[in-house]
Amino acid sequence: MKAKVYVTLKTGVLDPQGQAVSRTLGKLGFDGVESVRIGKYVEIEMADQDLGQAEKELTKMCEKLIVNTVIEDYRIELDGGE
Amino acid sequence: MSTTFGVLRFPGSNCDDDALHIVSQVLSESDCKGRMLWHKDSALGDVDGLIVPGGFSYGDYLRAGAMAAHAPIMAAVVEFAKSGGPVLGICNGFQILCEAGLLEGSLSRNDGLRFVCKDVYCRVEGKPTPFTQAIPVGRHIRMPIAHSEGRYAHPDVETLEANGQVVFRYCDSEGTPSESANPNGSVNNIAGVCNPSGNVVGLMPHPERACEAILGGGGVAGLSLFESALAFLTNSSARVGTGK
Repeated sequence: MKAKVYVTLKTGVLDPQGQAVSRTLGKLGFDGVESVRIGKYVEIEMADQDLGQAEKELTKMCEKLIVNTVIEDYRIELDGGE
Repeated sequence: MSTTFGVLRFPGSNCDDDALHIVSQVLSESDCKGRMLWHKDSALGDVDGLIVPGGFSYGDYLRAGAMAAHAPIMAAVVEFAKSGGPVLGICNGFQILCEAGLLEGSLSRNDGLRFVCKDVYCRVEGKPTPFTQAIPVGRHIRMPIAHSEGRYAHPDVETLEANGQVVFRYCDSEGTPSESANPNGSVNNIAGVCNPSGNVVGLMPHPERACEAILGGGGVAGLSLFESALAFLTNSSARVGTGK
């Protein structure tokens, strides 16, 4: 099964990269852009297993390594297999 | 009795030899020794203090310090730190100690999005730590920085400040912390912090690059951190630090 993890900066955490992209989009004429926040997207291929179990494992992975919970939030999406 | 510092070496460390040089050569007349510790080791051996050096451990993959924080040697480092052993994290070493949970807060991309390489001044303050106790509080010292991810953030910086855990603060050449003296956007100009008990210290500047006059005009103020730790470990009441 495939897991998708979206890592985003917590609200209020400065994102200089997002600000730079936002400014450049403005310069390119995209006047409607109010702000840009940049995060990470992680794909994890996992052995087929019980969905609940997989989610628990993924949460541990996020808390232990994939996410720095001081400044980042995360969301897990699980493809339940075919 | 000699004092031995262990210097951790990860794949991608690049200030490890410099750190080892300071403790094993520059301070050799003070009976100070150093030993390199490989990241795959599981025991530290007989060391009195630890230095986690700068560099790009594991290529800084995922986040700076994130991989190194889980290297085999780190379990022994955590144990050493919990038992009160002095640990100094420099630059990438600071990032590793934060990722390992030995220090609070996080270090992310500089607000200017650039790698910043220059000399800065830092004011020594906060609670006494092995690496600062012999430096008079309020002294400001000159050291180089060289990093892309040095912007310090903390979810509760007021408590960190109130606990005296801010031990180095970017300031101008007069010793005043100002916005223009902040090289990376760190909250409250924070350049270095310690853990609540003070034995674990991390800072972005490189004291090991400011220890020998022959290396140029940057001064030798960085040596005072190592001299301070040496004085701490030998129960000496020596005062160190040149002030500039």
